[in-house]
Amino acid sequence: MPEHAVLAEGLSKRYGKKRRDDVTHALDGFDLAVRPGTVHGLLGPNGAGKTTAVRILATLLRADGGRAEVAGVDVARDPRGVRARIGLVGQFAAVDEGLTGRQNLELFGRLFHLGGRAARVRAGELLDLFALTEAADKGAGQYSGGMRRRLDLAASMILAPAVLFLDEPTTGLDPRARGEVWDAVRTLVAGGTTVLLTTQYLDEADRLASRITVMDRGRAIADDTPDGLKDRVGGDRVEVVVAEPADLPAARAVLARIAGTDPRTDEAERRVHAPVTDRVAALTEVARTLQEERIAVEDLALRRPALDDVFLKLTGGRETTTDTEKEEVAA
Amino acid sequence: MSTVNDITGTGTGTGTGTGAGTGTGTGTGPGAATANRAYWACADTLTLVRRTLLNYRRTPSAIVWQLGFPIVSVLLYGFVFGSAMLVPGGGDYREFLMPGMFTMTMAFGLMNTAAAVVSDNSKGVVDRFRSMPMAPSAVPIGRSLSDLMVAAAELAILAATALAIGWTSDGGPGATLLGFGLLLFLRFSLIWVGVWCGLVLPNTEAAGALYAVIFPVTMISSVYVAPALMPSWLAPVAAWNPISSTVTATRELFGNPGAGGGSWVEQHAVLMAFAWPLAVTAVFLPLAVRRYRSLSR
Repeated sequence: MPEHAVLAEGLSKRYGKKRRDDVTHALDGFDLAVRPGTVHGLLGPNGAGKTTAVRILATLLRADGGRAEVAGVDVARDPRGVRARIGLVGQFAAVDEGLTGRQNLELFGRLFHLGGRAARVRAGELLDLFALTEAADKGAGQYSGGMRRRLDLAASMILAPAVLFLDEPTTGLDPRARGEVWDAVRTLVAGGTTVLLTTQYLDEADRLASRITVMDRGRAIADDTPDGLKDRVGGDRVEVVVAEPADLPAARAVLARIAGTDPRTDEAERRVHAPVTDRVAALTEVARTLQEERIAVEDLALRRPALDDVFLKLTGGRETTTDTEKEEVAA
Repeated sequence: MSTVNDITGTGTGTGTGTGAGTGTGTGTGPGAATANRAYWACADTLTLVRRTLLNYRRTPSAIVWQLGFPIVSVLLYGFVFGSAMLVPGGGDYREFLMPGMFTMTMAFGLMNTAAAVVSDNSKGVVDRFRSMPMAPSAVPIGRSLSDLMVAAAELAILAATALAIGWTSDGGPGATLLGFGLLLFLRFSLIWVGVWCGLVLPNTEAAGALYAVIFPVTMISSVYVAPALMPSWLAPVAAWNPISSTVTATRELFGNPGAGGGSWVEQHAVLMAFAWPLAVTAVFLPLAVRRYRSLSR
């Protein structure tokens, strides 16, 4: 077994070549190493190059430079070999809405060269695995968003691929459907599949991924565990929201004294927070002092930095949105 | 937090290693590998044809909708306008009209091809196919085969309708078959225009707008009215319209009235009904293939 399920070294991709000033570097020396049997998150703002990277790794797009291996196979030299070892779930549920769920899976099974009988058997297994047996003989066009996504995932799992690419698998789904998709992904990983997950939802990466690569402007700018990334923006912090804006300076003084650092203030939200080391002791001390000084508090908490904080810090404040990425210029 | 641990726990325990084996590339020598590849290219093509036919089997009304316009046209033009329409050289207008309806149905088929390709492309189905170890050529070949089969079914239904309202072919079995062959050849050439349009257009709405192009193109032809009866500046445009060649050729082969015409292109209609689709195919098949290949650029 290869040491890395996915390996990219210095991948580059440019769009638009006619005029020099028109050239966009979608990827500019992108590196990635994914350990087998894990979920690896790929995060970044719009246009960071996430989708371009996935499309190159899934053999849909040729890189201009660098090299990449998926499941130990070179994507440029043996794209067919890669295709036999991967599954791809793109931003849209790529199923035939005119066919039933079962017909869809049989169709893809045949196209994976299982043969008619094996394709039928495999379709039945996957319908069971993704809890679609009841709806198996209904048209996929009548499926809910979550069901269609699960059918899409099932179709990508026909050969039990070594590596599965999930490009924003829960974009546009309601919370319940997202939960269904997450459960399905966990089932796959339990079966030994490596997942490369592209997402704009930081909580999704936090929940599913054991390691995260943050991308910006076509490069990997950080690669760490979710906790490791959070540590980079500082550890836990105590956060106080006061009831009256007038109390803000007083609360700030209390926090500064106990935390021993300069707290940050958010006047609009009447919030003041500071990083602390002795977590619970500091929290208790702050609560006691605030009460002694009769400062009315609306909220008081010990917070882990969210991945959003990491993200904003690393990418210099450019936020993500849920818009579909425009990074691949219509080819 | 615990979920992240769950995943690493199970993931590292089991590891990967499944799913490496497919049906491809099991041959021994280079010859066996080529034969194997050809076998799977055919098998994949048939699977995709099956997909289209399954779609029609699940919603047979789709074919009726596609035939709606020609059938309504037969009734409107044949019965409402019929008495006001002139057929050069005399003859029944409905007899004159049917070869036009056959041809128009073939021409409108272009929109079905374009819509199917746009839909697959915009929904990521094409991406899924391209990320699978199937034969890449199966996608366009499967599309053209299944569209031809649907076109043949459409012609059969339309011919039955035509027979019901009194149309007949007086050309004998050979000429009649050749006539329908030419109709399918026109459809075949337009499949590649449709595939190319489908890969160029951004969404199904844009594919629907193709109607605004195809409808006037079929009107400015010999489908409804003989070019000889049009204003002198319009008549040559209509006569040289590739659609007119197929219409005139099938009129001639079916022995229906109004086949003749003064111009060279009308007098060599059967030849031109071969030449035009051949030219369209020669231009658009490579364009479509190039466009499909450039998806990976």
